Amino acid sequence: MSEPRDEAGVVGRALDTLLGTYPPGTTEPKDFWGAQFDAGLAWVDFPPGEGGLGVSPSLNELVSRRLGDADAPTWNRTANILGIGMGAGVLAAHGTREQRRRWLRPMFTMEEIWCQMFSEPGAGSDVASLATRAVRDGDEWIVNGQKTWTTLAHLATWGLLVTRTDPDQPKHRGMTYFVVDMRAEGVDVRPLHQITGEAEFNEVFFDDVRIPDDQRIDDVGAGWRVAMTTLMNERVAIGGRTVPRNSGMIGVAMETWNESGSGDVGTRRELARLWGEVEAMRLTTLRAAENMRTGVPGPEGATAKLAWASLNKEVTSFTVSMLGLEGALIPEGYTLEPTTYDTREVERVMSPQRAFLRARANSIEGGTSEIMRNILGERVLGLPGEPRVDKDLPWKDVPRG
Amino acid sequence: MLADTVRSFLEATVEMDSVREASLARGAIHRPAWEGLAELGVVGLHIPEAYGGAGYSFVETAIVFEELGRRVVPLPLLSCVLASAAILAAGTESQKARYLPPIASGGCIASLAVFESAHDLSPLATRAVPDGDGWRLSGTKRYVTDASRAEAFVVAATTGDGVGLFFVQAGADGVTVTPTPSLDATRPLGEVALDGALVSEDAYLGGAANSEALRSALDAGVVALAQEQAGGAQRCLEISVEHAKSRFQFGRAIGSFQAVKHMCADMLVAVEHAKSAAWHAARTLEDPEESPIAVPLAKSVCSDAYVYVAGEMIQILGGLGFTWEHDAHLYFKRAKSNSLLLGSVDSHRDRLSDAIGI
Repeated sequence: MSEPRDEAGVVGRALDTLLGTYPPGTTEPKDFWGAQFDAGLAWVDFPPGEGGLGVSPSLNELVSRRLGDADAPTWNRTANILGIGMGAGVLAAHGTREQRRRWLRPMFTMEEIWCQMFSEPGAGSDVASLATRAVRDGDEWIVNGQKTWTTLAHLATWGLLVTRTDPDQPKHRGMTYFVVDMRAEGVDVRPLHQITGEAEFNEVFFDDVRIPDDQRIDDVGAGWRVAMTTLMNERVAIGGRTVPRNSGMIGVAMETWNESGSGDVGTRRELARLWGEVEAMRLTTLRAAENMRTGVPGPEGATAKLAWASLNKEVTSFTVSMLGLEGALIPEGYTLEPTTYDTREVERVMSPQRAFLRARANSIEGGTSEIMRNILGERVLGLPGEPRVDKDLPWKDVPRG
Repeated sequence: MLADTVRSFLEATVEMDSVREASLARGAIHRPAWEGLAELGVVGLHIPEAYGGAGYSFVETAIVFEELGRRVVPLPLLSCVLASAAILAAGTESQKARYLPPIASGGCIASLAVFESAHDLSPLATRAVPDGDGWRLSGTKRYVTDASRAEAFVVAATTGDGVGLFFVQAGADGVTVTPTPSLDATRPLGEVALDGALVSEDAYLGGAANSEALRSALDAGVVALAQEQAGGAQRCLEISVEHAKSRFQFGRAIGSFQAVKHMCADMLVAVEHAKSAAWHAARTLEDPEESPIAVPLAKSVCSDAYVYVAGEMIQILGGLGFTWEHDAHLYFKRAKSNSLLLGSVDSHRDRLSDAIGI
């Protein structure tokens, strides 16, 4: 049962105080985020002292709306998305109190950037087949292997890392989850250039990297369980953020249409169709947030992620088409630069052309749309799984390549 | 609670075979369901208590429509909602007190006679001309829901002074009702021909601006329809998933094949979006800022979703889904028909475009 206290009122008063004491217009973003964290308004569902107020997660929507109205800085959530969007949820569900107190605040203020290392050259959709090894050595673990598609690794202080610790177990059982210092000896980060020319992603090589055991998350062998929490948080972070109406690429599409001066009925109706689909998706995210009781995202995150991936591809492609021949240009050019905060800040700073290219990754990153459909089909609708040939085999005996 | 009550009542009362039979008897109603729902007070949920209803907001009516959509029951509830919403919005106190209680009790089936052309709402060709103490109506209304079941119509006609709404008895002199074979036989359409039909002065709903009242009645109908679409789409998904789990080919349940599983997953997304759009419209129907967005949004999103999901259901069912004996065609026809009723999807997209400023 819900508590008798007025949770929305508690959050509202905390917001009044925050915005009154730290006016967004004259406060450095880092200071604002620090104050926001200390006021329990980073993740309102987290415990007091750990960036939250211990209230319903649905009230995060209220925070995001009020901060948006006040023009407060909120781009830390995008610029440090692997930390704030995913790492925080992992620490909340599986971390120790000490780990949360050590890591959450500098994560939220962007003093420490986070990255996440799951995928490997030989482990994409079948991420549970991963081969990066961690071997225990006293109070430490020694890591060897290679990760890939690691967003922001070149800027990160900390990385979420899943490793193989017991090759004799079937693949889902022999994994352990760590937080690794990205500046540690033996960590080598190399940029991976992508379709837009920039390098958001990296390859990360581990050569006898030592991780203290107190940076292990949850039990030895529990890595898959923790990884699933990360992935569900990731799907919510990618697809399921409760955003204001007209934000993101649909807003860019509307501006593009209005600036075009076109009166074409068919184009306007297609834009209205896309607007309606985006809005229905947004309303679904709000409905899911209202229904969410525990704060741990369920499989409905996969609905949002699947819908968002295909809609964002449609909306960006449609927007470039509305530009006519201008759409055949790309204002930023291809610079082959590693990504900085500025270019990741918000989609709006990207040209529609570049957003159109970037959108192709939406249905691949964080679980492909095919994997999302499997999750929805099997975990939400209860359809039977595909026969699995590797289910009971020890990991070391499963063919790879 | 209300949803559970209505759902268990319908499950106990409405065999799907009886839906098929009722739909074949042209103009028929599923009588046990109609009488039972009337007894439960469902017909007048949104009508104020002063006029014989239950006095709830439209959200409760929306809940009922979601449940009715799950079973494609041949019932004239949409028609009654349209007619009563028009009377509520346009009628004077005494007109509401006279016309609404019989509708609220389920005793008088009424419908809204507006559309004349297949593609547009205006301008209306049906004319109302003052004649003595009353009005004389001439013109032909088409695509009127439940026309041959209705005992009364709210008719939209031009008075020379804009749109006028008139309460017309189906059996009055000069009124001829002709059923038209309808794609969705569970919600048959018909023609209402008015050949100089004479109505009293009191039949002219004079309480408020009639064109706005008509708009609000149609909006209420769209919201009801959207809930029905969301409920129908949800049921189509369930039928598909049940089949995909129990139908075996190549030694496996067909739902274990990704080709089928992924269809179901995409259908789930469409159903969830439809529910969200429909609920948002139901909750904000009385909000003058939001309903101009939420209503056309619901109509367009829910129409597309239901048509898509019902079609995919037939594909998943295979040959079985193409037979008359299976329920699939009832949903498929309802889906397509609903997408065409109360303004096309395109017309709602145009309304939406105006409302969002593109």
